[in-house]
Amino acid sequence: MKKRRNWTGPLLINGALLLLVIVWSVPTIGLLVSSFRTRFDIGTSGWWNILPHQEWETVSTLDPKELGLDPDGVMEVEGATGTFDELRDGVESADGKSRVTWVGNKRLGRIEVQDRVWTVTWDFTLDNYKQVLLGAGVEITNPDGSVETAPGQDMSQAFLNSVAVAIPSTVIPILIAAFAAYGFAWMSFPGRRLMFILVVGLLVVPLQIALVPILRDYNSLGLNGTFLAVWLAHTGFGLALATYLLFNYISTLPRETLESAFIDGASHFTVFTRLVLPLSVPALASFAIFQFLWVWNDYLVALTFLGVDPTYKVLTQRLADLTGTFGNAWHLLTAGAFVTMILPLVVFFALQRYFVRGLMAGSVKG
Amino acid sequence: MAQFGSVERKGGSRVAELVGWVGRLVLAVAIPLIAFAVIYYGFIWLRDSNAPKWLTVIVAIIWGVGGVALLYWVFNRIVEQLPDQWTERLQPYVFVGPAMAILIWYLALPSARTFYLSLFGRDGYPKDIGFFQTFASDAFVGFQNYVAVFSERLLTEALRNNVLWIVFGSTLSVALGLLVATLADRSKFERVAKSLIFLPMAISFVGAGVIWNFMYDIRPPGEAQIGLLNAILAAVGGSPVAWDKWTEIQPWNNLFLIIIVVWLQAGYAMVLFSAALKGIPEEIQEAARVDGATEIQVFFRIMIPYIMGTIITVWTTVVIFTLKIFDVVWVMTGGQFGTHVIATQFYRQSFTARNSGYGSAIAIVLLVTVIPVMIYNLRQFRQQEAF
Repeated sequence: MKKRRNWTGPLLINGALLLLVIVWSVPTIGLLVSSFRTRFDIGTSGWWNILPHQEWETVSTLDPKELGLDPDGVMEVEGATGTFDELRDGVESADGKSRVTWVGNKRLGRIEVQDRVWTVTWDFTLDNYKQVLLGAGVEITNPDGSVETAPGQDMSQAFLNSVAVAIPSTVIPILIAAFAAYGFAWMSFPGRRLMFILVVGLLVVPLQIALVPILRDYNSLGLNGTFLAVWLAHTGFGLALATYLLFNYISTLPRETLESAFIDGASHFTVFTRLVLPLSVPALASFAIFQFLWVWNDYLVALTFLGVDPTYKVLTQRLADLTGTFGNAWHLLTAGAFVTMILPLVVFFALQRYFVRGLMAGSVKG
Repeated sequence: MAQFGSVERKGGSRVAELVGWVGRLVLAVAIPLIAFAVIYYGFIWLRDSNAPKWLTVIVAIIWGVGGVALLYWVFNRIVEQLPDQWTERLQPYVFVGPAMAILIWYLALPSARTFYLSLFGRDGYPKDIGFFQTFASDAFVGFQNYVAVFSERLLTEALRNNVLWIVFGSTLSVALGLLVATLADRSKFERVAKSLIFLPMAISFVGAGVIWNFMYDIRPPGEAQIGLLNAILAAVGGSPVAWDKWTEIQPWNNLFLIIIVVWLQAGYAMVLFSAALKGIPEEIQEAARVDGATEIQVFFRIMIPYIMGTIITVWTTVVIFTLKIFDVVWVMTGGQFGTHVIATQFYRQSFTARNSGYGSAIAIVLLVTVIPVMIYNLRQFRQQEAF
């Protein structure tokens, strides 16, 4: 009894875990695989056809007249029997190994005999990525060998826009929050407690509340559609959490270290830039990754404040546009989606440890 | 001669003092002016130049990040030039002030402004009259927008869908997160398994929308299905269905949108639960097992109660998150097929239909629903002794 439990337990646990991991990974794998398949393949067969599977393959073509078949009666060809209409749809032979199909009309048609063979569809291409990334027309070779020029979707521009939005939108709130966190932790001034209560209270305020009033302010300031507008918006919406998290970290730094610096005559500014910032790198990194992923993946803020000018659109906007305009052009959508995902995935895998730490420290974001 | 010389020297030191004083004054004025000029002309250049994109991007990043750092440095310098007493008094506001100003401008004031807007009709309040007179104008509608939020069919549908989102979205995320955390805790493949379940956290909602649109793809019966789910249905002899766009099963087609967010969120729940599970002392579990408790009993009677605090935190976070869900619905269905939620209706009313009063009322409803969490957070904070 005891011996049996020793191996069924882990097997059950690992089996269930494996199942969950497969279910979780399959959607992403499907996307990744499809983005490298040709436009024709994506549209006509599932991406799982890259795995070995059985497919009908034509082995010989017969002329019904030579076989002396009567199209109006029941015919027998290569072990398969059926009427003309049945043969038009394809009839499998009794042993299931081959299939007979009448191609064309009754008078001039031919009969194709197909065998079931193991095969893989491994026709990979980078054309989808070229078409999605480049701005100019892209030459694409069709399966029949003809070449056509398709318009490029120019997502490389959007990629640059995303970089231009995401980096300052990550660094600026961290800088401002770090100053504030230091102020709250190591300075005393009237209103300190009240101000921090405001920070805590604003942690969960949904950003929707601010979109219309801020859009009006931006309109009167002429900021609408600029990167500065989006940086400031992301700063405003991320600042409460950033201040709260960094305060929790900075207020626990060893008091003696800071005090000895003050005794040596260092100013607050010097202590902050030379001592506190370097000591807080783990907390800063955690929040930076959190905020970077948040901003890079944001759609609503960009949609509201960057507007409709295509030269400034970020990746999420471009991808959403593609979904709207080419809902079934899977060769564009899969490659486009992967272009938007590549940088966050790299950041995620490289810095997962920090990201997890940030999540654990954080509460809830508005 | 000697006297003269000494007078001259005195005069010289006075001149030097004066020059030093004027110099300092000029510097104190000039440094901020130069700094502001740099920031302003940087903005103009970024707005008007036709430089190549990559150059604009690099300049924008340096200008944005550097500009903020420069502002802090300049203001700190100004404050440090003042007498010590004033430096001490004002410096905290240089550190804390910008953050507070931004928070007030971007979150605190907008809450009040949005509430004010929500009391008016679609074109907002009249601008040419005083604040108190606006309440007497024709545009003032009182709480009519709120009545509409809770009575109009489209909005009640959105509210109903949000309830579905909260109930199923948070329960499934929490349950699956807990399941994976528990399984992974006992497996040798813990790291790999957790990484893979966690991975969707790095994917945007728009990207996830594309991924799942592809999973849900539907072709007419008889054609080869390229969406995995319909291909499975076809393989077992079923006819293809439209999943999230499946109107016959309303409102349950919302579940196929909720699954996407569960797929994204379960990793978050898993990470937090995993850490909490590791905090349970081994002795308690062992003692229970020695007393003859089964694994199931250990799970429900010991582990679950032990990590209840974490479960509540995660649950609250996921609920707040699903309450504001927007991107997934907007990209997948655009709110059609009976899938609108509060946040999509907010966007539609505010920006597509341009009914600012109605849109604002919806935003206020969103705000009111998170107030209990806000109060809880504040109460927790007051109990902290450190402040």
